[in-house]
Amino acid sequence: MAKRIDVSGLNAYYGSFLAIEDISMTVEPRSVTAFIGPSGCGKSTFLRTLNRMHEVTPGGRVDGKVMLDEENLYGPGIDPVAVRREVGMVFQRPNPFPTMSVYDNVAAGLRLNGKYKKSELDDVVEKSLRGANLWNEVKDRLNKPGSGLSGGQQQRLCIARAIAVEPNVLLMDEPCSALDPISTLAIEDLIGELKERFTIVIVTHNMQQAARVSDRTAFFNLAAVGQPGKLIELDDTERIFSNPSVQATEDYISGRFG
Amino acid sequence: MSHATLSPKRSSLRGATLPKWFAWAVAAGSLVLGYGISAAAGLHSDIQWALIAAILFVVGSYAVSAKVEGARQAKDRTATSLVWVAFILAVIPLASLIWETVKRGVKVLDGYFLTHSMGVVADSEPGGGIYHAILGTLEQVGLATLISVPIGVLTAIYLVEYGRGKLAKAVTFFVDVMTGIPSIVAGLFILSLWVLILKMGPSGFAGSMALSILMIPVVVRSTEEMLKLVPNELREASLALGVPKWRTILKVVLPTSLGGITTGVMLAIARITGETAPVLLLVWVTNFINTNPFQDPQASLPMYIYLQYANSGGSGAAYDRAWAAALTLIAFIMILNLVARGIARWKAPKTGR
Ligand SMILES: Nc1ncnc2c1ncn2[C@@H]1O[C@H](COP(=O)(O)OP(=O)(O)O)[C@@H](O)[C@H]1O
Ligand SMILES: [Mg+2]
Repeated sequence: MAKRIDVSGLNAYYGSFLAIEDISMTVEPRSVTAFIGPSGCGKSTFLRTLNRMHEVTPGGRVDGKVMLDEENLYGPGIDPVAVRREVGMVFQRPNPFPTMSVYDNVAAGLRLNGKYKKSELDDVVEKSLRGANLWNEVKDRLNKPGSGLSGGQQQRLCIARAIAVEPNVLLMDEPCSALDPISTLAIEDLIGELKERFTIVIVTHNMQQAARVSDRTAFFNLAAVGQPGKLIELDDTERIFSNPSVQATEDYISGRFG
Repeated sequence: MSHATLSPKRSSLRGATLPKWFAWAVAAGSLVLGYGISAAAGLHSDIQWALIAAILFVVGSYAVSAKVEGARQAKDRTATSLVWVAFILAVIPLASLIWETVKRGVKVLDGYFLTHSMGVVADSEPGGGIYHAILGTLEQVGLATLISVPIGVLTAIYLVEYGRGKLAKAVTFFVDVMTGIPSIVAGLFILSLWVLILKMGPSGFAGSMALSILMIPVVVRSTEEMLKLVPNELREASLALGVPKWRTILKVVLPTSLGGITTGVMLAIARITGETAPVLLLVWVTNFINTNPFQDPQASLPMYIYLQYANSGGSGAAYDRAWAAALTLIAFIMILNLVARGIARWKAPKTGR
């Protein structure tokens, strides 16, 4: 299920503005890779190039290579819609579909992509909600609106929705930044469980969170505002937080930044 | 400055305030006074004494309040009273319109009136009804809606979800221009195209086409606004699940904005239902029931009202029928508005816990 991501020489633009420059890295399957770095250094932009969501933004453009195992996501003839089924995404703010119930939200990915039998859907919905540690909290209100849940529950609902389509990779863009500490803890525990099945990439502003949940950590930085963001280093999380090989990383982690 | 010079009231946080009923008392007082003054001066018009009362109310509450509460509160009260006066001025014509229509309309409005046509009833005789006109209006407006809603909604979807560059700008420009087209011009356009060039006769459908020209820009505008209100996050959430764009629009964007779009369509229908000019040019009128909107003249409520009134000489059976038909038209539009509100509330995205 889980696949390796191999990025080489990737640039991403907004119109003529080069947002991230020449990024190359490997993301190992069945592991959690955290992206850290100051605001505006292009973490979200880079994350969105990994499932071809970057080009949804008007003017969004990418060159370079992103290999998902053997396949280049930016190769000729690749369907971005198919890519997004392989590489799921969870956003910063919980965004359940407001017109749909809890059940329909989880089933949305499957239902919107084709026909499924009711019994099949029931199984997938239960499995995904259990996978997102939400089943016990919502099993009696599956037909209530998804937007009626608490913020933390909504975010886990979004995770359930993303894993229901069985992607290989799960991208998370600051998934806890709108949540309270208890909900954050619930999501972090969940990430620990999900990495058995998925390749996970998580953007976070919270250094402790990166240290707690990730196996490897990538530090991004930018020379100045208006300059493109770059990957400074990628290493085992332990090493990044104890003994990074670049001075800028150490400065950022120890708070001696800017 | 010693403490003694400060009045105890000024030094506390609590200033002198007039009681709640003060505004009502002033209002009642100025009404009575206004009426008295105009009676004494021999003025007969209702408008005159109401205006005097309104001025007395604004001035009176300012004066009393300035004396008791201070200048700031007095200004505050003046602003409040001006808003109330403006509100009442706006509501009076509306209320009196409805009152007059109901009062004159109920005389002959009954089941018989709604289910019979004029047939062989002469304008001067009592009896007859508006069945043919209701049927005509419903068919013409229904056809216009069938034409306008798909075109309008699809155009709005194009503009919001796909439109970039020159074509989108051009479409927006033409929609703006269309919004300003007077209904008689829309009627003349279809007249020249349909009747003069294509040599077709008058029919309900010809009227529907002209009504569509008036309805489409309204539907485009309101749908556009509603689609823009759908948060981008929802589109992204759906796209990130690997749902194609067109399905995202169909299954996520449209359902989220369905309530607002429906309301917009209902209001657009309400707007064209009372249109007279295109109907006059293209549908003509008849006293008989014509169920086929594609052939021969049809009756309609606006034309019926106009002709009954024009032939009545200001009183008599035709005059009553004109008012009853007007009441029916207003009731129809009000019901549409209420239904629109109901749908908007029912379809609004649910947030309740
Ligand atoms: N939609 C957009 N249009 C134009 N520029 C953008 C857009 N989104 C982000 N950017 C720019 O791209 C750069 C990287 O932004 P982002 O990837 O959001 O950074 P991060 O997630 O690390 O805070 C920033 O300079 C930002 O201003
Ligand atoms: Mg970001």
